[in-house]
Amino acid sequence: MNREEIEKKVKEIIVKKLGVTEAEVTPAASYVEDLGADSLDQVELVMEFEDSFSLGEKIPEEEAAKLTTVGSTIEYLVNKLGK
Amino acid sequence: MLMQGKQGLICGVANKRSIAHAIAKSLHREGAKLAFTYQGERLKKNVEEIASELGSSLLYNCDVSKDEDIKKLFEDVKKDMPYLDFLVHAIAFANKEDLEKNFHTTTRDGFKLAHDISAYSLIGMAREAMPLMQEKGGAIVTLTYYGSEKVVPGYNVMGVAKASLEASVRYLAADLGASNIRVNAISAGPINTLAARGISGFTKILEITPQKAPLRRNVEVDEVGDAGLFMCSPWSRGITGEVLYVDCGYNIVGM
Repeated sequence: MNREEIEKKVKEIIVKKLGVTEAEVTPAASYVEDLGADSLDQVELVMEFEDSFSLGEKIPEEEAAKLTTVGSTIEYLVNKLGK
Repeated sequence: MLMQGKQGLICGVANKRSIAHAIAKSLHREGAKLAFTYQGERLKKNVEEIASELGSSLLYNCDVSKDEDIKKLFEDVKKDMPYLDFLVHAIAFANKEDLEKNFHTTTRDGFKLAHDISAYSLIGMAREAMPLMQEKGGAIVTLTYYGSEKVVPGYNVMGVAKASLEASVRYLAADLGASNIRVNAISAGPINTLAARGISGFTKILEITPQKAPLRRNVEVDEVGDAGLFMCSPWSRGITGEVLYVDCGYNIVGM
């Protein structure tokens, strides 16, 4: 999976989960401050990413805590998935 | 079908990953009629969706920290269902900081809150459910975890609250047995639910368990669902006051 595909999928998941428009899901957007996520949404998003990208192992808490923006999530997944 | 003509209330569905959802699915598969509670508007939509997938439109808002909510819940249930065959209690809560820091830093308020929501709620609900179960008998099932008996890093005050819950199961079973109401707990192995992800170090628990469990894997949520079905069904009619382990055998291992 390349970066573009990862970005596309991440955005899809966020739009569906948080009920925001695609235009709002910019790399700099913060889940809590810009996209209106609460703490449960944040956990649910992490779990959706794990499942949708078939990560196999779970994203550890200390890593998940750093995924506060769309961009940081994409970077993490790009790193994790190799390309 | 095992549960044809049986009906009951499921409390504690948060989303599709919830153990309560898995138990509801198993009960539905065997023909049971279901009703659901949700806590507040935040979770209503999730529960509505799940209930409708399982052929139910019976939904009740209930905040178990309030006695009047619990009372009203069963009054409302009674209008829709004159009796209950089973009640599934899958409710727990602790402050996030109490699941992260050292246990000895637990505050008095954090301790009270965890016990109130995770243990007392079973007592309150069992009491109010009694009149609906008294005539035909019934089954009450709650969920616990091994962290109530042994130290699991990060589980902290929740482990202490689950110990209280398990003891409550035994005392309730002793009281309610006279009315042919059974009370049991299922001690599930670690499952990737919304609630579990609130425990710091949970992903580590998921990694370590399969290395030691006799079945060499983590338990699947549907396996807990079927165990829940068993505990609600007449097949477990001789069992009460029990903690049933559905953990791939993890609890029997010494090292």
